[in-house]
Amino acid sequence: MTHALEIKDLRKTYEGGFEALKGIDLTVERGDFFALLGPNGAGKSTTLGIISDLVRKSSGTVRVCGIDQNKEPEAVKRMLGVVPQEFNFNTFERVHDILVQQAGYYGMEKTLALKNIEKYLRQLELWDKRFDQVRMLSGGMKRRLMIVRGLIHEPELLILDEPTAGVDIEIRRSMWRFLERINKAGVTIILTTHYLEEAESLCRNIAIINHGEIITNTTVKDLLRQMDRSTFVADIQGDVTPLLAETAFDMQLRDDGSLAFQVRRGDSLNQVFELFNRHRVEVISIRPRTNRLEELFVDLVQEDQQKHADKAAAVASAAAGGAA
Amino acid sequence: MLQYRIAFMAIAGKEIRRFLRIWQQTLIPPVMTMVLYFIIFGNLIGRRIGEMGGFDYMAFIVPGLIMMSVITSAYGNVSSSFFGNKFQRSIEEILVAPVPNYVMLAGFVAGGVVRGIMVGVLVTVVSLAFTSFTISHVPVVVAVILLTAILFSVGGFINAMYATKFDDVALVPTFVLTPLTYLGGVFYSIELLPAFWQGVSQLNPILHMVNAFRFGVLGVSDVNVVFAFVMIGVFLVVLVAWALWLLDRGKGLRS
Repeated sequence: MTHALEIKDLRKTYEGGFEALKGIDLTVERGDFFALLGPNGAGKSTTLGIISDLVRKSSGTVRVCGIDQNKEPEAVKRMLGVVPQEFNFNTFERVHDILVQQAGYYGMEKTLALKNIEKYLRQLELWDKRFDQVRMLSGGMKRRLMIVRGLIHEPELLILDEPTAGVDIEIRRSMWRFLERINKAGVTIILTTHYLEEAESLCRNIAIINHGEIITNTTVKDLLRQMDRSTFVADIQGDVTPLLAETAFDMQLRDDGSLAFQVRRGDSLNQVFELFNRHRVEVISIRPRTNRLEELFVDLVQEDQQKHADKAAAVASAAAGGAA
Repeated sequence: MLQYRIAFMAIAGKEIRRFLRIWQQTLIPPVMTMVLYFIIFGNLIGRRIGEMGGFDYMAFIVPGLIMMSVITSAYGNVSSSFFGNKFQRSIEEILVAPVPNYVMLAGFVAGGVVRGIMVGVLVTVVSLAFTSFTISHVPVVVAVILLTAILFSVGGFINAMYATKFDDVALVPTFVLTPLTYLGGVFYSIELLPAFWQGVSQLNPILHMVNAFRFGVLGVSDVNVVFAFVMIGVFLVVLVAWALWLLDRGKGLRS
C-alpha cells in the first residue's frame, strides 16, 4: 500500500537566496495522525505550502497516495484538504456560499456538496451560522469553517497548519475530538501546531524541523521515551535556603516563590519529598513545569540551534584564518 | 470535462454574485456617467455640432459610449476582483483545488464579460431616452461586444496579476485605457483629423472596436470592419497567452 505522503530531498530556496528547506525526506503512513513541529521560520509552512501547491519547490519529489505531484498535480490536489494558518476567506461572502463554491472548485455535483456541507457544518456546530457573512463569525468559528472547507470534498489527506491558533480551550478540545473522529474514519492528518499538548494528545508520529532540516522523525511514544528528565514546580512553605544549599535535583527558587526541580530517569519523586521533609519544607502543591513534549521539543531545538551556532562559528573562524 | 465545467461555473457564479451583491457600485455608476455624457455632449453640445458621419451627434456617440462602458466595466470587474482575491488570499481556495489555469482565467473573465454586457445593455436602454436607432448588423454588434468584453476582461486579469497594491489596479485604466478610449473615436469621426493623426489613430485598437461596433449599430465606420475583427482576434490571442503564461509562472500567486 502506498504512503499517504512521501517527500524526498525536498528543497526550497526563495528569491533572495534564503534556503527554507535543505533536502528533507518525510513519510507519512495512511491513517496516521502526524505532527510536523518546529519553531517559527523552521520550514513547516513552506513544506505544507509545497504539498498544497501554494509554494513552488526548488527540487525534490512529493507523492500523495502514490501520485507524483510533478506528473499529476490535479490528481494530487483531489487527495488533499488544506486548512491554512491564516484566514483566507472573502469575508463578505456567506458561509454557505463559500462552501458551495469550494465544492465546485473540486468539481463536485451540487447535491453531494450540499450533503457534505450540512454534515460537516453540523459536526462542527456551525449549521446555524450557514447564512451569516464570514466577517460576522468569531475567530473560533472561522477556524472551524476552514476545517469544513478543507473537508468538503472528502480528502484522503488533511493538512492542518495551526488549526487551533487563538481558539479558546473548550472549542479547541471539541475540535480535537472532531479531528480524532475523522482520523479514525480513515482520513490521514498532518498537523502543525505550537500547542505541544495538542500534538502529544492527538498525534502518533512526529517530525521536528529546524533550519529547513528534519532533526527528528519518530513516534510520539519513542520521543517521550527519550526524555531523561522532567521538570516540576512545587508551591512550598518554609525556609528553602538549606534545601537549595544541597544542590540536589537542580532546585531553583522562582520569582513567584515556588521551587522548580528536575527529576532524572531513575530518580523518584519520593527522593525529592524525603529531601523536603528533612528540611521541614511543606509542599502545598506540585505540577509539571510544562507539557512533556514541550520540554523535549525545546531541548531538541536548542541542541540544534547550538549545533548551527557552532558550525557558523567554525566557518567564521576558518574564514578569518584564511584571510590572515 | 464535467468537473472542469463545474469548477468554471463555481468561479463564474462567484464573480457574478459578487458584482450583483454590490450593484450600487458596479452597475449604477457607469450608467450615471453615460447619462451625463448623453446630456452634456449629446444634448447640450451636440445640438451645436449638428451631424457627424451622416447622423445627428447624439446617435453618433451612442455606440462609442456603450463600448466605453463595456470596456471599463469588464476591465474594472476582473482587475479589482482578482486583486481583491489576491489581497485577501481567498485566491488560495482556487489554487489548492484541482482547477486548471485556463478554467480559472475563464471563470474570472466570464464575470467581467457578464458585468460588461449588463452595463452595456443598461446604457443602451438609457440611451433610448435621448435618441432612437435601429441596429444595422446584429451579428456584428453581438460579436464585437462579446469579443471586446472578453479582451478587456483578460486585460484586467493581467493587470491584477502584476498588481501588488490597490494603486496598481488603477494605473492602467487611468493612464492607458481612458486616453485610448477618448482618442478612439467615441466622440468624433477620425475624418475630422489631419491625415497624419488619422494614421496615428489607426494604431489605437479601441478605435477599431468602437468603429466596428458603430458599424454594427449605425452601418457606418471609419475603419475596415474585417481588419477590426482581425485586430481584436490578434489582441485576444496575445493577451490570453500572456495571462496563461503568468498563471503558469504563478506570478504574484505562488512564492
